[in-house]
Amino acid sequence: MSDTPVSRLATRAAAATPQPIARKVRGLSDRAIAWLFIAPTIVLLLAINIFPLIWTIRLSFTNYRANRPNAAVENVGIENYARILGDEDVWIAMQATAQFVFWTILLQTVIGFALAWLVDRKFRGHAFWTTIILIPMMLSPAVVGNFWRFLYQPQIGLFNYIVSFFTGADPSSFEMLGSVELAPWAIVIVDTWMWAPYVMLICLAGLRSIPDYIYEAAEVDRASPWRQFWTITVPMAAPFIMLAVLFRGIENFKMFDMVNLLTGGGPGSTTEVASITLKREAFEKWRTGFSSAFAIILFVAVFGLANIYVKALNRVKSR
Amino acid sequence: MSGNTSAHSVVEPGRAVKWIAGIAVVGYALVSMIPLFWIFVTGLKTPPDSISYPPKIVFQPSLEGYCNLFTTRTRQTPEYIASLPPATEVCDEITRGRNMVIAGPSNYVPRFVNSVVVAFGSTFLAVALGTLSAYGFSRFKVPLADDLLFFILSTRMMPPIAVAIPIYLMYRELGLSDTAVGMILLYTAVNVSLAVWLLKGFIDEIPREYEEAAMIDGYTRLQAFWKVVLPQAATGIAATAIFCLIFAWNEYAFAVLLTSGSAQTAPPFIPTIIGEGGMDWPAVGAGTTIFLVPILVFTILLRKHLLRGITFGAVRK
Repeated sequence: MSDTPVSRLATRAAAATPQPIARKVRGLSDRAIAWLFIAPTIVLLLAINIFPLIWTIRLSFTNYRANRPNAAVENVGIENYARILGDEDVWIAMQATAQFVFWTILLQTVIGFALAWLVDRKFRGHAFWTTIILIPMMLSPAVVGNFWRFLYQPQIGLFNYIVSFFTGADPSSFEMLGSVELAPWAIVIVDTWMWAPYVMLICLAGLRSIPDYIYEAAEVDRASPWRQFWTITVPMAAPFIMLAVLFRGIENFKMFDMVNLLTGGGPGSTTEVASITLKREAFEKWRTGFSSAFAIILFVAVFGLANIYVKALNRVKSR
Repeated sequence: MSGNTSAHSVVEPGRAVKWIAGIAVVGYALVSMIPLFWIFVTGLKTPPDSISYPPKIVFQPSLEGYCNLFTTRTRQTPEYIASLPPATEVCDEITRGRNMVIAGPSNYVPRFVNSVVVAFGSTFLAVALGTLSAYGFSRFKVPLADDLLFFILSTRMMPPIAVAIPIYLMYRELGLSDTAVGMILLYTAVNVSLAVWLLKGFIDEIPREYEEAAMIDGYTRLQAFWKVVLPQAATGIAATAIFCLIFAWNEYAFAVLLTSGSAQTAPPFIPTIIGEGGMDWPAVGAGTTIFLVPILVFTILLRKHLLRGITFGAVRK
């Protein structure tokens, strides 16, 4: 080991830095170990995330097409970006994404928080049933989403059967995946089914972090349970709820697998969220430059929104 | 959290509240299990049973779905089938009953094996790299540590499709397209951010005094890391590994865009299982059931660590 370039570097580094007594034993210096340990991760991320990101930025200023690798590539400046901002399809996709994110988060937060509150009543067997509730979020969205396509079949699907059983509607009178009005809701339902448990888990941590003595003090003051809920439970759990919203927001903004399998963006473009548009532009129309620009815009949007949101979250936390 | 369970607490919910909460939660859990129950049940039906209306709850179980999942079949005339020697295997018999003969194995097993190779390979690498980095960040003064940690986390914000474009081009140049190695590297990169954040939390909680004592006894830093810190972090490492495994096992977007054949994993493959005249839902149900079983086992193993894993350790319990 003593002849490797790394250890020579390490010895040099060791000679340069004064050593506390405990560490002045044989072997590599702490500084060398720190870099040796961290470097592989950084190198991998640079290769698989940062280098491609830079490549995407470069491509976004060209008219490159990945299916014609030998064609001449021209620099087109900011033309791609300008076209995206003026492209109607892109705006429709952004609108679909925004609506999708809004409704999934609203439903998941309400259901997740309600479940967390109920589980926190600690009835008998609550741990077991919590584990059962968590199962959907651990599964593959693509594989399960594919099966939901079967559940949503108008003639034979279980979903339509159950709905018609309770409402008396003709099961083949509504097509969850084929109708313009219902298709977005079909996706919202599956997404909520999968991810409300996730929100529940984070909210549960929030509820358990509220110390008992606060409720005891409220009890002494004769605050009603309703009042306790709104003045203690909700505000104290708020940072956790916001954290859940942040994580789900980022994920749902990127949502691809479930939508691709359930509707593929249709009918028409009613469920064409940003990732589906991106896939179509990049891997079906092969407009690599254009889609790279769109990818960058999306990334900046997620990153920017997440940053603004984290600032708000920190304000709530420090309150 | 410990104070909440005191039996004499003033805030202990009343009996009625507990009953209502219990019924509501159990009801939700049962309803949310219906799709999974249906996946399992459909896997045991014959194709005609699977598409009958109203949906059949009571039916004669059949292995046809599993047979169709694992084989490819060709249609033959009844006369030809009658001329064959009697079927010796269950699947052979079922298939002949549908006027078909087994032509060969399907692609499900190789796709499933790809899932196993890619998921376990990338998990091993991500956890190994993550453990080293986490230890580095936890124990040493690393310049710009906070920035580096944030950079590591931010790599998760990019939509997978956006990264897939340049990765596709890069892999094409390097000959990594549609290879297990390429997919392992990619999933390792995605998972390593989670691994670093989770493991840093676990290692931060191991007192430094343990290593310092070991080093005073004559261990080097590396020996102390290997013999003292790693065993202490074992449960955290195991939990992290399961999270990485679940992600790699379930991933679809990269898999569908970057693999087309030999390196394809099960998630893009299962939706392509088609029988005569449309989706073969019993075979899809069978393939889905087999694919989901490992994750169900892991979920149960993992339940104590779930919270930390899904929040990157941002929420402390």
